[in-house]
Amino acid sequence: MQTELKILVVEPEPAKAREIIDALMDGGWSDVTVIGSAEALVTTLKKQDPDIVLIDLANPDRDTLEHLSFVSNAKSRPVAMFVDHTDEAMTQAAISAGLSAYVVNGLQMDRIKPVLETAIARFRMFEKMQSELDAAKRALSDRKTIDRAKGLLMQARKISEDEAYNLLRKTAMGQGRKVIEVATALVTAADLLQ
Amino acid sequence: MTTTPIACGYLPLIDSAPLIIAQELKFAAEEGLDLHLVKQPSWSALRDRLVFGHIDFAHMLSPMPIAMSLGLGGAFPKIDALMVLSVNGTVIGTSTDLAARMGQAGWVNSFDNPQETSAAVFATSSKPLRIGVPFPFSMHRMLLEYWLAQDPAFQPDRVDIITIAPPKMAEAVRSGMLDMFCVGEPWGSVAAQQNGAVLALPGASIWKFAPEKVLGARHDWVTQNPELCHAMMRVVYKAAKWLGQPDNMPLAVEILARSQHLDLPDHAIDPALSGNIQTSAGAALTKTRRFLTFHDSAANFPWRSQACWIADRIAAWHGLDQAYARAKARASFRSDLYRRALAPIGVDMPGASEKVEGSMTHQTAVASTKGEMILGPDTFFDGALFDIGSEKLVGN
Repeated sequence: MQTELKILVVEPEPAKAREIIDALMDGGWSDVTVIGSAEALVTTLKKQDPDIVLIDLANPDRDTLEHLSFVSNAKSRPVAMFVDHTDEAMTQAAISAGLSAYVVNGLQMDRIKPVLETAIARFRMFEKMQSELDAAKRALSDRKTIDRAKGLLMQARKISEDEAYNLLRKTAMGQGRKVIEVATALVTAADLLQ
Repeated sequence: MTTTPIACGYLPLIDSAPLIIAQELKFAAEEGLDLHLVKQPSWSALRDRLVFGHIDFAHMLSPMPIAMSLGLGGAFPKIDALMVLSVNGTVIGTSTDLAARMGQAGWVNSFDNPQETSAAVFATSSKPLRIGVPFPFSMHRMLLEYWLAQDPAFQPDRVDIITIAPPKMAEAVRSGMLDMFCVGEPWGSVAAQQNGAVLALPGASIWKFAPEKVLGARHDWVTQNPELCHAMMRVVYKAAKWLGQPDNMPLAVEILARSQHLDLPDHAIDPALSGNIQTSAGAALTKTRRFLTFHDSAANFPWRSQACWIADRIAAWHGLDQAYARAKARASFRSDLYRRALAPIGVDMPGASEKVEGSMTHQTAVASTKGEMILGPDTFFDGALFDIGSEKLVGN
């Protein structure tokens, strides 16, 4: 694969950064640098003069990068990609994966595209893993709360576990709320009354 | 009543208050708008979302619509500034170290003396000053540069302006990465209270009437949705008017503190709204009049002369033709739409859409569509007048 592109990745989370480097290395790009924060960005950009900068769409350091692309004295100024919709499919893919990219003016699209496709795929994988992890965590904490609420009802009303759960569910349905909301309210109230 | 969903992007700063109040106090609902406020992690992200059409309106730094309309930073569509959301509300601060050296040189922090402050800054620093701002196209950067450039000791290579996200500004000063900064509240107060920074000047001491944030939207979208735009402008106008009433201040602090949109404690919100600023940890409060204005003195009117002032700075930065930049800027600041949307609900309008910026040293009565209205003060610290030279309003 034609390489020799200098790629800079701005990513504070080490695990994610490593994944992105690995993916790019596997793709044949060897000149990849990762930095974690805006402080390093200022000096690294001057020293390294990258062809492409990859950064999370939600990273607050994007504004720092944006500024550097305007004031840097380097002959090659990275400019934000995607916002001009030059490639609609790629733009949508990048946004939904949460990726933004800054590319030095005048670089051929066919040289950049494979880098972006690789990065988009990796960002998307992370997005999916993250949302699965969040969902799993939420499910676990919801279950703990519901178990506590059931316990409180069983003790107070001398009923079985199934009855306690049915009571929670009936109350939730009657009020147009979720079971977890009713359970949380009950647990909070019980804590307050203790 | 059916409501129309509207998405507005914002950054969690105190001056997003008109949008939060518009939603919380149901000004939006009264106009049939189901207003969704969408928090953004950076100005770049907010800009991209507006361009992509993910949001309809945006809380923007006043130079952003002009820079975008000039195509700086990408091939953007034209962006309109429909109205001004807030005037001033920023602070300039220094690191503990710089403030100590300035103090040794005899500087006393009165929080209102730009000349003495810049003299002390330049007298006590030999290395280039590293100064943080929140975005390249921001009033923060414009005020800083305008202020420092007037100092006799100023040379372009004595300052190095860097963009840092506002929540990171305090830490960047503490760690020694920055010597100075200009930032919107609450981040100035946070830097002073928690990170040893010293607040040296309010932005208002540089220009008493600097348009800070505007309500932005895509020009083509504005053209296609005139009724929605008018409704949104009425909503924001009413919210800004509510915020401008001193009696509402305690309630405003409470609503903003409780709102999930800001996620800040009330002690971080109070300084900007009250103008009582603690310039360093342990210092007594310094009262600044008109520290942050949401409504008074026709604050919401998007003056085309303000747009031209901004355009001149951007033109100088990027080597653009001044007349071209001004023409784009004037087209972006929609004083015409402001009149069309708000005159029918009885809002008094100035007689012209341009004024001589810097001409009003005090609150001044000027001719308006309903007789007379109060404007100003709008002076620059150096007494300059910015006169774009066509038909405009002069204070009398």
